[in-house]
Parts: sequence; C-alpha cells; structure tokens
Amino acid sequence: MQRTLFWLAGMMALPVAAEAKTEISWWHAMTGANAEVVTKIAGDFNASQSDYEVKPVFKGTYPETLNAGIAAFRAGQAPDIIQVFDVGTGVMMGAQGAIKPVAEVLQEGGYAFDKGQYLPGIVGYYSTPEGDMLSFPYNSSSPILYYNKDIFEKAGLDVENPPKTWAEVWAAARQIKESGAATCGYTSTWLTWIHTENFAAWNDVSWGTNENGLAGPPELKIDGPLFVKHFQELADLAKEGVFVYGGRTSEAKQNFTSGECGILTESSGGLGDIVKSGMNYGIGQLPYDETAEGAPQNTTPGGASLWVMGGKSEETYKGVAAFFNYLSQTDVQQYLHEQSGYLPVTMAAYEVTKGSDFYQQNPGRETPILQMMGKEPTENSKGVRAPNLPQLRDIQNEEYEKMLAGQQDAATALKNAVERGNAAIREAVGG
Amino acid sequence: MRRTVFPHKLLPWLLLAPQLAITLIFFYWPAAQAFRQSVLREDAFGLKTTFVGLANFRKVLSDPNYLNSVRVTVVFSVLVAFCAMAIALFLAVQAEKIIRGKGFYRTLMIWPYAVAPAIAGMLWLFMFNPSFGTLAWPLRQMGIYWNPLLDGEQAMALVVAAATWKQISYNFLFFVAGLQAVPRSLLEAAAIDGASRRHAFWTITFPLLAPTTFFLLVVNTVYALFDTFGIIHAVTGGGPGKATETLVYKVYNDGFVNLIMGDSAAQSVILMIIVIALTAFQFRFIERRVHYG
Repeated sequence: MQRTLFWLAGMMALPVAAEAKTEISWWHAMTGANAEVVTKIAGDFNASQSDYEVKPVFKGTYPETLNAGIAAFRAGQAPDIIQVFDVGTGVMMGAQGAIKPVAEVLQEGGYAFDKGQYLPGIVGYYSTPEGDMLSFPYNSSSPILYYNKDIFEKAGLDVENPPKTWAEVWAAARQIKESGAATCGYTSTWLTWIHTENFAAWNDVSWGTNENGLAGPPELKIDGPLFVKHFQELADLAKEGVFVYGGRTSEAKQNFTSGECGILTESSGGLGDIVKSGMNYGIGQLPYDETAEGAPQNTTPGGASLWVMGGKSEETYKGVAAFFNYLSQTDVQQYLHEQSGYLPVTMAAYEVTKGSDFYQQNPGRETPILQMMGKEPTENSKGVRAPNLPQLRDIQNEEYEKMLAGQQDAATALKNAVERGNAAIREAVGG
Repeated sequence: MRRTVFPHKLLPWLLLAPQLAITLIFFYWPAAQAFRQSVLREDAFGLKTTFVGLANFRKVLSDPNYLNSVRVTVVFSVLVAFCAMAIALFLAVQAEKIIRGKGFYRTLMIWPYAVAPAIAGMLWLFMFNPSFGTLAWPLRQMGIYWNPLLDGEQAMALVVAAATWKQISYNFLFFVAGLQAVPRSLLEAAAIDGASRRHAFWTITFPLLAPTTFFLLVVNTVYALFDTFGIIHAVTGGGPGKATETLVYKVYNDGFVNLIMGDSAAQSVILMIIVIALTAFQFRFIERRVHYG
C-alpha cells in the first residue's frame, strides 16, 4: 500500500517538474544505429538550453509512423514533430491545415530562414513550387552501386573500375554468371525508386507531367521509349537468370551480402548493413543510360523529413524552431552524416566534412552527394510527387513482378502501370 | 424441462455488463464507424469529407482487382480449411494408435499453436526464401525453379502451407477429444463383424465426429479469412502482382498503405456481410446434417 502511494505521488509530481519546460514530441521511425543518433541529438539539444524538452518516440516503420500520425491527428492528439518518409511527402503536402510549413515556423521563431545554406537538391524536394520549405530534411539518401570485389576478381573484371552505364552493368553481370564467379550477376532493391524515379532524373527523362508532379498532379510518362528499353533489358536478364529479383523494398540487399549476386544498386543509407557483413565491397555511382542525352544528370533524394503539425501553441512552435535551428548547426549535421550514412543537409556541414579526411578514410561516402549536386536540376530531376505515391509504387511493383515472371513484356507492363497509375491519380485528386 | 427463474432483475445485467461493454466498445462501435466511413469520401487527415452514398461500394465492386482478391480469398480459404482439417484428422487418428508416449506426441503436436501468425510466417519465409532458405536449396537441386517472389502459385503454396501448419494443432486438439468420445463398443462390434479398419473409420468414427468437424469448419473458415493477415503480411505482402492479396489484406492495403479510407471501409462492410452470410449458411444448412449423438 505504502509503495503504491509513493508511486502515485511520484506520478503526480512528474508533470509539475516538467511544467517549467515546454515539451515537444517527436515521432520517428529510426531503428538501430540511426535510433541512437536520434536519442543523442535530442538529448544534446535538451542539455543545451533550459526552455524546451524534445521527447523522441519510436513509432515503428515509416508507413506505421505516418499512419500513427494521421490517426492521432484525427483523434486530436497529433505529435508536434513527425518524421515522414519521402513517398509520404505528397500526402503531407495535400494536408493543408494539418501541418505548418517549416519556413514559417523558423521565421516566427525569430530565425532568419536562408534557403541558400541548405543543399539545393534536397531542399527543393521538400518545398512548394514557389520555393517555401515545407518540411525539414532530416535524413536523405541517394541510390548508388555496390559491387563485390572478390566476385569481380574471380570473373576477371576490373576491380578498381565499377561499371558506369547500364550497358556495362549488363555485360559485367553476364560475365559474372557465365564465368561461374557467382550464380547471379546483378540485383537491385526498390525497382520503383531506383529504376523508375531515379532512372528518370539521372537520365533526364520525364517521369510525369507538371514537373514530375511538383507543380500539380502529374500524368505518368514512364512508358516512354527509354523506360521500355531499360525494363526490357532487365526482363531479358531475369529470364537468363543473370538478374535476380529480391522484392519490392530493400530485400535484395541480402542477395548481395550473402555473396549470391556480384552487383547491387541500393540506397546509400543501406551502407551500414553492407559494412557490417564484412564483405570486400566497392562503391560506384548509379549507372546511367549512355544513349540518353545529358546523362548523367542528377539523382533525387530518398529518406525522410520532419513535419510540424498544425494547431499547436505558440510556445511549442518556438521550441520547434529552436530545435530545427539546432539541427542545422554544422557540427550536428556533420555528426549525423558521419554516424548514420545519410547526407548532410547544409552546405557548411558538407564543406567541413570535405575539409576533414573523412572521405579519404571512407571512400564512396561522398558519391551520393556528388550525384545529387553534380548539375543544376532540370524539371525532370527535382524529384517526383503525387498525392498517392505509395499506391503508384504498388501498382508499378505489381506490373514489374508480372513482367519479371515472364507474363508480359516491358512495353505492356509500363503501359499498364501508366494507365492504372493515372486512373488512381485522377481518383485521388477528385476525392 | 424445468425452468430456472432468478429472482433478481438487476443482478443478471450487472453480471453481463463487462461482456456487454466489451462487445459494444470493441465490436459495435468500430462496426458503426466502418458503416459511417463507407458512405463518405475523405482525405487521409479527415480535413475534407463528402457524403457519396453508395459510390464507394459501386467502385469497389466494379474494380477487377477486388474481384481478383475475392478469387484469391476463396482459393486460399478452401485450401487452408481443407488441408488443416484433413491433416489434423489424419494425425489425430494416428496419435490414437500410439500405445506408449501418447501424451508426449500430443504435446509436440499442440506446440505450433502457441506461435504468433507473423512469427509462423517468418519461419516459413526463412525456410523457403529463394536466396538463403534452408529448404529452397534442396528444391532447386531437385530441378524445381523455386521463386515465390515472382511465381504467384508458389507464393500461394507458401502462405497456404504456413497458415495450415499453424492451424493443425488447434484442429488436432479437437479431433483427439472427439475421437475419445467415439464409443469403443461400436468399433469392437464392427471389428467382430469383420469390418476393416478403414471401413470402420468411414462408417462409424467419421460420422460420429461430425459435430467436431462442423465446429472446426466454422472456426477454420473464419481463421483463414481473418487470422491469416499476419502470415500474408510477413511472407508475401500480397504479392507477387496481386497473387496472394486476400480480401482482408486488401482492406489493410487500401486503408492503411494507400490511405483510401472510403474504399477500405466499404470493403470491410462487404466482408462483414460475407462472414455473417457464410456463418448463417453453415448453421442453417450444414448443421442439419450434423448428428449430435
């Protein structure tokens, strides 16, 4: 009894003690090493000042976190900050009234918001067509090429020079299989993000109308000749057993770390698992199609950003602004970049990292940044957006799977993906 | 028959109250919400809501993907219910024949029931994953091109196997209990009359097991329809293509992944009607043929 009373008293005392500080809830989807980074950043921020306290809460996978946020909003219990993955960006942007633009939060909090201090390729993706930053880019990644050096050597390929174009990748993959160096030449995670969305940007071809959806609801263009050629080549390789399909998201990473496949295209954020596997790997930039004019252009960011929910108190927004300002600081960004493998968000952090010997010590870590920064983005390469991007990706995956199983050719698969996708977009916009 | 009459008017209600509260809060309230959402069109955040009447139902029912998932569900449920019951009955009959260590065998058979659906799915996925699965390798050595990631029929076989495996224990338990209720005297009489074991099983044991079989048929159908979500989610995620997207999985996918609340709610209402109809049908027509001894 006594113990219960003590416990009750303790519970009642807690809010009183915390009242001095404004609490800011931050729902996130980071696991493992990346979750430790979240905890450390929040802890350091809390220790750096005494007015606000950021409380990170793990809410599951990316889609789970987004759903939890939406359900909480509907119940009037939304968190202050929520981490939403790249594909959820369109959903959040459509929810005017549910969110508060980050640029506004920063300005009202008394911080001068200078877009120029952020990496343009990343910030552009999370801004309105007019250039107002809507969410804070927390963790950004870009697709790159990984290859197994031992397999390359066994197959008689150049270990120091990974293939640069898709044609070279196909040739190397065939050589790997034919020489018996491995049972599978090439595999890839995320056919939608890497072979469709980034393929379009990197080769400077249109993914959809309206600047790929950034300026308004898009009409898909992924049945263009370059896409058909690329996917037909992929389907042919699958038939020969040179390309092995791993799954819709990042499952194929296992086909690579297990030594089954010699070449992999994957997010730069997947580096941690590949390092952990202890394999002898190399990194190259994402391959491009040499017949495409202007390729390679630039890749587009994946990952997630932080959204501020609407309808909170002024005091809360001040705290959020202070926290985002803290997050933009060079040493915090540098820590984030070096610990998690995600890209730095500010130019200053990138310059400082470049100035240190981090990139010499960790070859390949600069590749995703160079890819994204290489050229001024065109209207094909600022990223893609749709009110229902998760659904579009689902449709594409279904059609790609039927194609890889030999039930349809690439032209049919892409035509179906476009028709079904456009119908779904019309439905989402009209609804 | 003697009727028992309780003098209290309030007490029975009081005793029922906890169960009624649970039913109201966890069943009727969400069901009412589903009905409400099914006639609305709403964005994910509920910022804009329009009443659309039965338009969501019309859209769902005319969607070829919905019809595909009806077909997938029928194939999946029939296979799971049949396999789970047939294998469990076979095992129960065999376990009855054991003389020593009966309890040990029975305990082993019941174990898988304690495994959560998602874990069961992961176990099967690990065994049959085309790149690192322990059992995928021998399959490939046997010349079978095993790739459930792209082959819809193999993916279906995999989820059916996982769902069946998990349900066998439950069915086994009930069949063992049912078998013990079959009077020895009848079987002995049959043996004296010269009936073979097989003949005795089909003409005596199996008909006497009818109440158990019927009960399990209802339970297994509901299991295959609803409780297998975790397995499908863990093993195939409804793919490849839409080869393993059952009705329940489609409700989840449309509502929670694609955030189309109206469609998803309309589908759950349809699902509710299907289950009510199916259970009513089973009780009305199949139960008549059940002999309760």
